[in-house]
Amino acid sequence: MKPILVAGAFAASMLAAPPIVIQNATILTVTRGTINTGSILIRDGKIAEVGEKVNVPADAKVVDASGQFVMPGIIDCHSHIAADSINEGSVSVSSMVSIEDVLNPDDIAIYRALAGGVTTANVLHGSANAIGGKCTVLKMRWGKDAHDMIFEGAMPGIKFALGENPKRAGNPAGQRIGAANVPPRYPATRMGVEDVIRQAFTEAKAYQQSWKDYNEKISRGEQAMAPRRDLKLEPLVEVLEGKRLVHAHCYRADEILMLLRVADEFGFKIRTLQHVLEGYKVAKEIAEHGAGASTFSDWWAYKLEAYDAIPYNAAIMTRKGVLVSLNSDSAELMRHLNDEAAKTMKYGGLSETEALSLITINPAKQLMIDNRVGSIEAGKDADLTIFDKHPLSNFSKVEKVYIDGQLYFDRDHDLAERPVHDTEKQKLLDKEKEQQRRPAPGAVRRPAA
Amino acid sequence: MKRFSILPLIAGCALFAGAPTTIAIHNARVIPVSGPAIPRGNVILRNGLIEAVGADVALPADAWVIEGDGLTVYPGLIDALSTFGIPEAAPAVPTGGGRGGVPAQPAQPTQATPAVPVNPPARGPEDRPYTTSWMRAADLIRPADRQIESARAEGFTTAVTYPPRGIFAGQGAIIDLAGEKAGDMVVAENAGQFVTFTTSPGFGGGFPNSLMGVIAYVRQVYLDAEHYRLAKQFYNAHARGTPRPDYDRALEGMLDSPRVLLPARRRIDVDRLLRLADELHLKALLYGLPEGYRSADLLKKANAAVLVSLRWPDKARDSDPDEIDTLNVLELRDQAPSTPAILAKNGVKFALYSGGIDRRADLIRAIQRALAAGLSEDEALRAMTLSPAEIYGVADRLGSIEKGKIANLIVTKGDLFQERAEIKYVFVDGIKFEPVEEPLPPGARPDTPTGPTADGPRGAQQ
Repeated sequence: MKPILVAGAFAASMLAAPPIVIQNATILTVTRGTINTGSILIRDGKIAEVGEKVNVPADAKVVDASGQFVMPGIIDCHSHIAADSINEGSVSVSSMVSIEDVLNPDDIAIYRALAGGVTTANVLHGSANAIGGKCTVLKMRWGKDAHDMIFEGAMPGIKFALGENPKRAGNPAGQRIGAANVPPRYPATRMGVEDVIRQAFTEAKAYQQSWKDYNEKISRGEQAMAPRRDLKLEPLVEVLEGKRLVHAHCYRADEILMLLRVADEFGFKIRTLQHVLEGYKVAKEIAEHGAGASTFSDWWAYKLEAYDAIPYNAAIMTRKGVLVSLNSDSAELMRHLNDEAAKTMKYGGLSETEALSLITINPAKQLMIDNRVGSIEAGKDADLTIFDKHPLSNFSKVEKVYIDGQLYFDRDHDLAERPVHDTEKQKLLDKEKEQQRRPAPGAVRRPAA
Repeated sequence: MKRFSILPLIAGCALFAGAPTTIAIHNARVIPVSGPAIPRGNVILRNGLIEAVGADVALPADAWVIEGDGLTVYPGLIDALSTFGIPEAAPAVPTGGGRGGVPAQPAQPTQATPAVPVNPPARGPEDRPYTTSWMRAADLIRPADRQIESARAEGFTTAVTYPPRGIFAGQGAIIDLAGEKAGDMVVAENAGQFVTFTTSPGFGGGFPNSLMGVIAYVRQVYLDAEHYRLAKQFYNAHARGTPRPDYDRALEGMLDSPRVLLPARRRIDVDRLLRLADELHLKALLYGLPEGYRSADLLKKANAAVLVSLRWPDKARDSDPDEIDTLNVLELRDQAPSTPAILAKNGVKFALYSGGIDRRADLIRAIQRALAAGLSEDEALRAMTLSPAEIYGVADRLGSIEKGKIANLIVTKGDLFQERAEIKYVFVDGIKFEPVEEPLPPGARPDTPTGPTADGPRGAQQ
């Protein structure tokens, strides 16, 4: 699917773009209740006004959304789309690698995420290592270059992983075929995973100290050689200094407690526990540490450590004071996170607003971007999703998606473009077939056999 | 393995010994590339250099005269990225040995194969995986390589040739495509460091096993090289009382390389590699560029030169006929040959390279596709002569027919880029070669070359 042309036109000069007024919609603000019939004024990419009545500037483009529902753009706290590689699985600490280096703005999953109402995603490194690579928060600005998709100002993250995945790659069965002589990768147990994390942060502290010593020497006017920059340890120092968020893949209650204790001991915070399927067992401890939890609604039993899960997980953790979000971890599930949120009303009795919070303001808070996105409030980014029905109904469809006040998905436009793309494709196929049929101008002359 | 349906064999005229040292091409059409065409002029070659060129240049009394009626003289073509003359390279080694690393290869291969691999999987950048940055193509050249002959028959007189394997594969050399000894052939021994994005297989094969691992490795190595340079400088200034820095041949190789060649297929590759080069202050030369037609704005903004492979992406011969490619893939195949025209229109400096196409007919066909997509013949010729010379900083000796430059020329009957044109003579360092067609060897089957990738030289790992 090509980027929407109208969006491109807006993009050319966003500041000069005319204001937009979305009228007559049911507005689910998430943080300020629901406006049954209201309007939103968008100016310069921001929400300028929200209410039953708003100013309609003379030059405004008016979008009639009668009978439709506007909610904040959905935020996915755990995604692996839009990147050319996900796992640097060869080592147990791969913090030197970065998703930002391999962003792929041509990934069709971005457009499909838009079609599911998602406007922001936390793109994570995989879970092959105890300490994984650096992560990036993206807005789904389909059609833009990689760096224009990065959520400007969002704090960068890093992936940790506990349990089966990081220890599995150390199991001889995890080796490439025929590599009998390859020594297995450490660790092979949960104890080993803890040790890898402790070892890495011990090294990071020494590294941090070496730079402090160097800087002190220089400030005293002494001759000194700067320490070697170590791209593996630099992000861990940032974690220690609170400049990088830790997103930790985990399942079992025991390993969750282990990680929180290791973090407390070394003096850093776990920002979110990802998957955290047994989080309901240790919700109090999670809340005490201040970690958020980003889980699935009802996806489990795909491996041993995912057996003790329950669909009430999100609701129980919410009631125990944990900041909870629902994520996709999948390009497919990403397209219906609204359905996932709705399930928490059946399992655990969350309110409509609480359910919507799990995919909007809560993940925004977890990623520390709630000053910009996650709810419909004046002053926030105009990242909005318009559904034809209530988004918590699984009969609802996404009609339009705005990011920074620009239209990035329009269902009608998409449907109209499909035959155009089909024609274009057929033309290219025919052209290629024709070329293959014709002897090429430079065809090799062969002597008769 | 290469096979030729027609092997245009180059028969030297009495080859090196006894070849005339002064040659005059008389009354030919001359295309100097650096200036306007000379409809009827003389080119004088002496001692391997161009002594004079022009309409009114007198023929020296001692010159061997070639009558140029009906002939056209062009500068010899330069293949801007190749593996000509490089012995079939050993597979890249997972650990190159760095600080505390192990040697890449045993110095003396023993009879008994060791039970365990010599190189354990790399555990991180410190083990210098897939790195032979210290290797110099100039030290590896084999003048007897048959690729050199076939390249000459295509009209190439010069090639930039690289060790092909590994993340940091080694340093390229600019060579003239004739000579008895490697030393005769080398024009410049340090063309740049050749990089491919090689990854280890699976999770058990060592670092790096992903593209982002490779990029992180590249970044760490350049930071290490800079630190190494400073550490050596500091040590030399304060040797007493300072622990000496460890010698690291991988970093020595980096510091020796005046530029780095990075593989770029898609627009996103161009984007991310230009950013990386900017961040690390690298003089980067992107190669491949089948999606260059989408990338001109980025290249222009960065004022970057590129090497464009003439091996345009094609539908695989054995692809499933029922599998319909996506619109993006179809577009890439349709648009890729328009890359040179679009780069030319946008003022982006580029050179074309053969990408391992080793038959003249195939080369002409590939060039014709670029011409059909809007490239002018002059632009195409420049992209295979003067532009690569400029990109590699050797335009003072190669790339055009000008007084004082190396006497690398091709003399054709007909326009060079027409399939029917005949290459009559090839001059390398002033020595004349005549391509002759060799009959198909008995039992040989015409075949297309296998193995080379769309954007690498023959045999390079991508």
